[in-house]
Amino acid sequence: MTQRLLFLLPVLLFVVLAGYFLWGLSPDRDPQALPSAMIDNPTPDFDLPPVPGLDQPGFASADLGKGEVVMVNFFASWCVPCRAEHPYLTDLAEQTGVPLYGINHRDKPEAAAAWLAELGNPYSRIGADAGRGAVEWGVSGVPETFILDGEGRIRYHHRGPLLGPLIEQEVEPMLRALRQ
Amino acid sequence: MIAELGHFALILALLAAVVQGSLPMIGAARGNAAWMAVAQPAAVLQVVLVALSFAALTYVYVVSDFTVINVVENSHSAKPMLYKVTGVWGNHEGSMILWILILALFGSMVALFGSNLPPSLRARVLGVQAWIGIGFLLFTLLTSNPFLRVFPAPPDGRDLNPLLQDPGLAFHPPLLYAGYVGFSMAFSFAIAALIEGKLDAAWARWVRPWTLLAWAFLTAGIALGSWWAYYELGWGGWWFWDPVENVSFMPWLLGTALLHSAIVVEKRDALKVWTVLLAILTFSLSLMGTFIVRSGLLTSVHAFATDPERGFFILVLLLITIGGSLMLFALRAPVLKPGGLFSPVSREGGMVINNLLLAAGCATVFLGTLYPLFLEAVDGSKVSVGPPFFNATFVPLMVPLLFLMAFGPLMPWKRADLAGVLSRLKLAALGAVVAAGITLYMEQGGPILAVAAMGLAGWLFVASLVEWGDRIKLFRVPLGDSWRRARNLPRSSHGMTLAHSGMAIAAAGMIGASVWNLEEVRNLRPGESMEVAGYSYRLEGVAQLQGPNYLSDMATISVTRDGLPVAVLTPEKRLYPVQNMPTTEAGIHTTWVSDLYAVIGDSDGRGGWAVRIFHEPLVPWIWLGSLVMVLGGLVSLSDRRLRVGAPSRQAKAKAAPAGGHPAAAE
Repeated sequence: MTQRLLFLLPVLLFVVLAGYFLWGLSPDRDPQALPSAMIDNPTPDFDLPPVPGLDQPGFASADLGKGEVVMVNFFASWCVPCRAEHPYLTDLAEQTGVPLYGINHRDKPEAAAAWLAELGNPYSRIGADAGRGAVEWGVSGVPETFILDGEGRIRYHHRGPLLGPLIEQEVEPMLRALRQ
Repeated sequence: MIAELGHFALILALLAAVVQGSLPMIGAARGNAAWMAVAQPAAVLQVVLVALSFAALTYVYVVSDFTVINVVENSHSAKPMLYKVTGVWGNHEGSMILWILILALFGSMVALFGSNLPPSLRARVLGVQAWIGIGFLLFTLLTSNPFLRVFPAPPDGRDLNPLLQDPGLAFHPPLLYAGYVGFSMAFSFAIAALIEGKLDAAWARWVRPWTLLAWAFLTAGIALGSWWAYYELGWGGWWFWDPVENVSFMPWLLGTALLHSAIVVEKRDALKVWTVLLAILTFSLSLMGTFIVRSGLLTSVHAFATDPERGFFILVLLLITIGGSLMLFALRAPVLKPGGLFSPVSREGGMVINNLLLAAGCATVFLGTLYPLFLEAVDGSKVSVGPPFFNATFVPLMVPLLFLMAFGPLMPWKRADLAGVLSRLKLAALGAVVAAGITLYMEQGGPILAVAAMGLAGWLFVASLVEWGDRIKLFRVPLGDSWRRARNLPRSSHGMTLAHSGMAIAAAGMIGASVWNLEEVRNLRPGESMEVAGYSYRLEGVAQLQGPNYLSDMATISVTRDGLPVAVLTPEKRLYPVQNMPTTEAGIHTTWVSDLYAVIGDSDGRGGWAVRIFHEPLVPWIWLGSLVMVLGGLVSLSDRRLRVGAPSRQAKAKAAPAGGHPAAAE
């Protein structure tokens, strides 16, 4: 009898394996998605100068974590998805009143200024980043968006454009929770 | 019109497979010879129809028929002809047709050359082979039809992924598939034997050549893929333990085990249940490889076609094929009668250890590959398992394998005299010392473990030759007599010597490449040079070139040693505008002891270029060793005893002692 069970072992192991495979195929699962290593950590130390030609201050780590919830968005004028998320970001900042800080990533100042002039400027501060800042924030491409709590810790990190459904499902609830 | 012909041929092939999978099976169960005999013409018809379909697909690629979606998505009119043809299997749909074609080819070979198989076994083998065919034909027709049209037709295609536009990768998939699919033969034979409830030496004699052929193809396919990654990706490495690599490596490990255990079944009528299980698992892993790569289940740097919906279909296919066969194994394997007994120290014992180590190695690779999936399913966290895991688990299993590989061939069947075997290995021990000594001298030290590992490779290499030398009494009788003995030696014996020594050569290459490789990156302006491992690399200049469907920055780097010219390397950075995708082409010069490897990177915009130089000691030996292994497989395959197929069952007793040591076997 025990011998019989031994012969059953391969098929039983396979059934377990197939269960994992079935789970792995579920459509909401994206094996390419990588969790951010930045969550729940304070922001890195940085001091970004203003974008030349824009009449707006840059910002540094010292400006964050002063009791106010803040969104930080990496963008560039050469980035097409940034253009796609721009109206959503603008609405989000207007409706919630949460300050939106921009980090202009590897961009020409005049191109950034023209881009903002064309599409509107939802940012209350904009820092210019030659590339170093993106590395320290663990950003792999633009656009990426962070939400920081009142103590300056990163509570939310999204890679890619922030569009409608995502804002409703993830960003707005997070902002509401943090402001309470 | 041609595309529709291909489509219809594929549907007809499915019908032929349905006939081949049903009538002969029923005929075999009822002892109806006429129904069993349907299998042969059906198998031949099936391969003709699939070949027609494949030819139709090739035709629409060659003439760049952009009314076919598959051609639009994977071809371009400016693509060189070679890549138009290889583009046929450079995508998911086309590669499935190739897969099915190879499957049908194997089946038709049993139909054409299997006349000396017992009729019921042949009918069942062909029936099982047809079941696999039905599954994949349905999959292709329902989810991955390459013959679909598009209207209106676009003016030109989107081009093949530029990484695939390369001679190395052009022939990598066919070889790999021939390996994967080749194991379907062992699988079909195993299932047929389980259904029959009978498994004997004649069965093993039939399974072995197919396994050997599949193994040789798979070895060549993996080596070619690794070689491609080495020179095309420009990372200087040859194996990355990436899931896609691992899924091709797992069937290789188990297939190697199967290759050896089938000999035990053939010669000694033992290890039958285990061999059947190995045959099932080897092909199951091949199928799983297809599944994992195509379903997007795991993250990989080079999974080209992923689609979860197709994944679901393949999963169902896997459940039926693997689950069904393992269930059949659970029910029927206890019926198989155990055969000959043997003492632990014997050739059979050696094969058992070989099988245990290879299976354990396969299990570690399996766990390492799927662990991220398991962990994510349990607690949602994402990890990636990389080389450190495999170096810590897989490598320690292979070290004793290489060590013991020297013993196996020297041990007679049933019972061996360990002291006698050890005394014959004196020369191998000397080989180990010499190899370690040379390494110490050449590398001026280095990690002591690596030196010992090189000694191990030397040990195996000499031991393989010692066994061969003993057989032909080299230097103990006049050379002419040795020559005569060598000619009379069974080919499978030469094949084994080649395969084992090839393994030793490849192992030395792998050790050298992992331990002593050097890498340096420098920003060079034309005229400047850098030194790596005693060679001086001077950047002469970078020229812009126009290829047939790409733009290229080609650097010219002249290599000198002590002022004497060694080679001129021309690494390239290409841009394929249609897909807007850059590729690197490494510039490689081999001295056969090491590779000088140069990659050109980005320009700094001020006249300088990022130049990356790798010094890769012993890397060429990896491919050389693999080639020798494949050669060993092919030589062994040409053995008379395998060529004539299964002899009649009466001849079994007579054939049993052949191939061992007649003198030593009591």
